[in-house]
Amino acid sequence: MSSRIWIMRDYVRCSGCRRCEIVCSLSHEGKIWPEASRIRIFAPFPGLEVPHLCAQCDDYPCVKACPVNALSTDEKTGAVIVDKEKCTGCGACIESCPGKVPYMHPTENYAVICDLCGGEPKCVEVCVESGYNALRISNDPGVNKKLHAIEPEVIAKDIAVNLFGEKGEEVI
Amino acid sequence: MPRGYAGKFLDVDLTREKIEETEIPEEILYRYFGGRGLAVKVLWDRLGRKWSSIDPLGPENILTVLTGPLTGFHPGSRICVSGKSPLSNGIVGATAGTEFAVELKCAGYDGIFITGKASNPVYLLITDDGCEIMDASHIWGKICEETIKILNTEVKRILTKRKPRIGLWREPSMIYIGPAGENLVRTAAVLTKLVHAAGYGGYGAVMGSKNLKAIVAKGRGPLPDTAAPKTVEILLNEYHKRLISRVRMRQWGTGYAGYAVGANLSSEPIRNWQEEWHDERNIGGPKYSARFWVKPYWADFNCTLSCMKISCIKSGRWKGDITDMPDYELEAYCGTNLGIFNPEDNVHMSALMDNLGLSGINAANTMGFAAELYQRGILTKEDLGFELKWGDAEAFTKLANLIVKREKIGNILAEGTYRAALKISEMKGIDVTRYAVHVKGIEVGAHGIRSGKDFHDKCYAANVQGGDHTSPAADPSPKDAGVWTELNAVFADSAVFCMFAVVPDLVWELTYAVTGWRIKEEEWCREQGRRIITLQRVLLLLGGPDIFWTPEKDDDNPRRFYEPLPTGPYKGKAAEKTVVERKKKEYYKAIGWDERGIPTEEELRRLGLEDIEKEVKKLRKQ
Repeated sequence: MSSRIWIMRDYVRCSGCRRCEIVCSLSHEGKIWPEASRIRIFAPFPGLEVPHLCAQCDDYPCVKACPVNALSTDEKTGAVIVDKEKCTGCGACIESCPGKVPYMHPTENYAVICDLCGGEPKCVEVCVESGYNALRISNDPGVNKKLHAIEPEVIAKDIAVNLFGEKGEEVI
Repeated sequence: MPRGYAGKFLDVDLTREKIEETEIPEEILYRYFGGRGLAVKVLWDRLGRKWSSIDPLGPENILTVLTGPLTGFHPGSRICVSGKSPLSNGIVGATAGTEFAVELKCAGYDGIFITGKASNPVYLLITDDGCEIMDASHIWGKICEETIKILNTEVKRILTKRKPRIGLWREPSMIYIGPAGENLVRTAAVLTKLVHAAGYGGYGAVMGSKNLKAIVAKGRGPLPDTAAPKTVEILLNEYHKRLISRVRMRQWGTGYAGYAVGANLSSEPIRNWQEEWHDERNIGGPKYSARFWVKPYWADFNCTLSCMKISCIKSGRWKGDITDMPDYELEAYCGTNLGIFNPEDNVHMSALMDNLGLSGINAANTMGFAAELYQRGILTKEDLGFELKWGDAEAFTKLANLIVKREKIGNILAEGTYRAALKISEMKGIDVTRYAVHVKGIEVGAHGIRSGKDFHDKCYAANVQGGDHTSPAADPSPKDAGVWTELNAVFADSAVFCMFAVVPDLVWELTYAVTGWRIKEEEWCREQGRRIITLQRVLLLLGGPDIFWTPEKDDDNPRRFYEPLPTGPYKGKAAEKTVVERKKKEYYKAIGWDERGIPTEEELRRLGLEDIEKEVKKLRKQ
């Protein structure tokens, strides 16, 4: 039995409170810093909040694409770990990601990717505490992860139809 | 620089296309904080001595767009919009819940002061690299939904082009106006997030008068440093635990109240306040949640109260209309006050106001006023071009469009309820001001005083923001813990956060942890809060240029509130003039004003406001 976890996401339950970004950036940066959070809530139109974070694809295209071996996978959690010292900020990981999840740190020259907080992700903790359950932990290895490595605008278009019906086709 | 602040403000002159970064000394920030308080101070310093001659819709007026030190840190981030109000000729601090405020701080700015008038429609784009004036001619005239859509796409494209290497750019956040603001409708709001509005005061028209369609912000920096980061974290965890435990507010927001305030409290406006009681269970509450709420928990930044809910109509003639719950105020003003008791029609009217950029309280109050004049045969089909019967959502839709386009009678109603009443009185040769439910030009919020079970006798009459229900005049001394009074509302609007999300026993601790200022409620209510209210009072009474208020005549309730309630369990009850007069005077005295409500010289000295004594002396002599 693997100890690996995976963050399940249920987009329409996201309230947009961004508490996940707050605790993530506090934990990784020591500050409230939404644009340095490893999980980012996109909202291409009001109400269409999309939690966007690494899905740990089984084949890890980003790890393969890194020309300087700055990315590796964590044995225990399966998270992608960025070696800040090695990363040159070339952007190959962003290009190779089917969901364009990684992005450059706002002030430093390296890519940021969710590290699953070593197995106890803070974002999930607060989302569950808040009762939204837009993020939850799954221990089931059968999750098809790549279905979630998708660009937020693509997801938002589907949420729009789900929430607004035919009108949803117009808003983004 | 104290903690909690980004440290810089933007000064934008749209006439000269000049943008400067400024700083404000800590001493001033401590005395006024931000938002409403700082707006009042800056407006006094820059315009005070010529206040009465400043046209709120002229280029000289200053539109202030301000955060406060707690914005982003306190649950429920908001932005405070202010300036000289085209409705009251004084100052209203109008706030709206939005991530725009957080983006602004993360871009390095605490706020923006905008003066002048652009030669063509423009919007402001604010990023970590500064502030730019952008062309907005392609979005001028667009409804709000379209405006958001276009600007989201356009700004994301611009930012991606400039800095493609960072990966996916997130959407910016924005405040904007609809066609109502562009056409200088005095009840136009400044809006954000499709359904949120800074409605009181008419600042949508001020933005429109400057040819300013929107302000868009994207900041990639952190929120400012705080004085005690660990304490902030601990307090926030406690805050969220408390907010999460507020089960009723979380589930219903204020959306349950469309029924409750009418049925239980008898204080809900119905047919332009001719009644305040109803027992129609289709308005608000479970009906709306079951039928319309597509997102039952929707929040602003750092808020787990999530009292906002998104409504969408998916079938029938209003298919595709999106709004929030509607919240209580719009259930009342875009519902019962127009005689609308049909839930679909209520959601539609609310969505319509959001999209046209009208304040759903203020402009809908004017529509109710017009409908009563139609009911009484004072306004006719000839004036309107159609019949205007209570409950007819099609007709009210037409009326809202007339107001926004300033066509026919709409051109008069676009002046707001009180100014429209003056003009119609003249036009028809009959006094219709008795049907205008406003206080000092500001249409009254949807909480009546007649039953005595909701709001109180003098709360609007003595209010420095007129009919604004979010900051009604109240005893200035701090009450027992847990009681949130007028001066606390001034605090929420100046530190700039959502007062629904406040935890009274933690808020001063959070203030200390964020700013490093060891200020307590007692000090705020004795010093800062009263200083802000007193300055607001003086500027309101200086007024002008078109209308001047006199305390004896205008520190009063709408005349309707003295008519007995005609229906419901509190039938026959009304405000009593002698009681209102007595309570008003008690309030003046408690807050340091003379018996006409003019701040005393002694109080001005105590508050360090000696520099306004010269103007106040004139008011005392009037």
